[in-house]
Amino acid sequence: MIYEGKQKIWSDYQKEIPDDHWYFVRSCIRQNFFPASERMFTEITRNVLGKDVHETPYHTTCGGIAYHCDTIPHETVMTIVARQFSLMTEAGYENYAASCITSFGNYTEVLETWHEYPELEARIRENLWKACRREFNKPKYLAHSSDLIYKWRNEIAARARHLLIDRHTGEPLRIVEHIGCHYSKMFPSKGVGGAEYPYVLCGMIESWGGQVVDYPERRHCCGYGFRQYHVQANRGYSVSNTHKKFESMEPYRPDAIITNCPGCPYFLDRWQYVIAEQTGKTYGRNGFGIPVLTYEELAGLVLGYNPWDLGLQLHQVAVEPLLDKMGVEFDPDAKYAGLNKEDLLRPGLPVNMKCF
Amino acid sequence: MIDFGFGLSRSSAVRLDEVDLSLYKRLEELEPQVRTCIGCGSCSATCTAGPWSGMSIRKVILNLQRGRDIEKMLSNCMLCGKCTMVCPRGINTRHLILSLCRIYEKK
Repeated sequence: MIYEGKQKIWSDYQKEIPDDHWYFVRSCIRQNFFPASERMFTEITRNVLGKDVHETPYHTTCGGIAYHCDTIPHETVMTIVARQFSLMTEAGYENYAASCITSFGNYTEVLETWHEYPELEARIRENLWKACRREFNKPKYLAHSSDLIYKWRNEIAARARHLLIDRHTGEPLRIVEHIGCHYSKMFPSKGVGGAEYPYVLCGMIESWGGQVVDYPERRHCCGYGFRQYHVQANRGYSVSNTHKKFESMEPYRPDAIITNCPGCPYFLDRWQYVIAEQTGKTYGRNGFGIPVLTYEELAGLVLGYNPWDLGLQLHQVAVEPLLDKMGVEFDPDAKYAGLNKEDLLRPGLPVNMKCF
Repeated sequence: MIDFGFGLSRSSAVRLDEVDLSLYKRLEELEPQVRTCIGCGSCSATCTAGPWSGMSIRKVILNLQRGRDIEKMLSNCMLCGKCTMVCPRGINTRHLILSLCRIYEKK
């Protein structure tokens, strides 16, 4: 292929991400699943990197979960999204960052719909005005919060206290990256690297010293898939999808998994327990599972934050083997201590998977 | 073992290092166009035999790429050629099926 042509094709896979001034919206479920992740995002971006990241307590759900579970129509979703944009406009921002992958997919879908059908946008503007007397500008740039950490990955690497290197062997840690389906499978051009070469998490892993694991089912869904899990009768299908991924990655002996979606880390983490209890099989070494982290948690570890302040005690799979490999100091007795240092009591431990 | 009220299906994970891809490689030699297939399924959607016989060219190609047997599925094709007319990549899928039949004959 002609070099210039190749460069042109590759440029289609790149994404323009402004360096500062972002309006940030949180996810509905991440704060329940891994509560420190979004807290760490604002902590790292504002206090460590000195960026302007604004958020407001008045924003609501984007409607994504209800939309993907077929309980509300797209027009309702578009009006909810229009209200979110009006809050951004009111705060004086033009760059919109969503913490949730489904929200990101949802906002992208709404903006693309308005681009294709301007008359629909006019109707939604009217709906919003009738409903709450609000007006809005569309964001100039739309990003997922992992795009921002990807953008600033080298700034984080420059401040790193622990790299993704096994301190016992000196080898890079082998990390599986799992991208949420709604990041770039729906609108490939909106994600870093598109649907074929998603690079958003690979970039972080490589910048922080780790090695990306490639395995056959790398792009397979984590198994959550909304109705696959929310409809109780489908849960066997959900866990079977996750099982398929773990069977596929097992021979490559990963040290950890990182994800950028709210649902993926939860299901990749919790289903390991269910698989272990159903089949007796674990996928980590010495009877442990494979730790599953969000990219903010991993960034926090790299920057030297206390793992218990990062909420790693809320993971089902024990993270201690990973902390040991990275050389992160931690107090095992403080794992279940509250903010006031009071003991929060120990959870019941799994039978077939080692935990602390 | 805990009963969660739901169970696991047998894993269908593909291990490309362990499967026999010789059939797919022979097909690639005879029909290099197969490399441009994007697996969109237009061919399967338009297949007359598909709904009642289980024939699906998308599945034929996918199974070959995963080293699985496709002979039974192949015998259901009526060679009508409708799939060739809808392929967005311009693959001559009818000819591809004929080439596959030849490969199986020699086998």
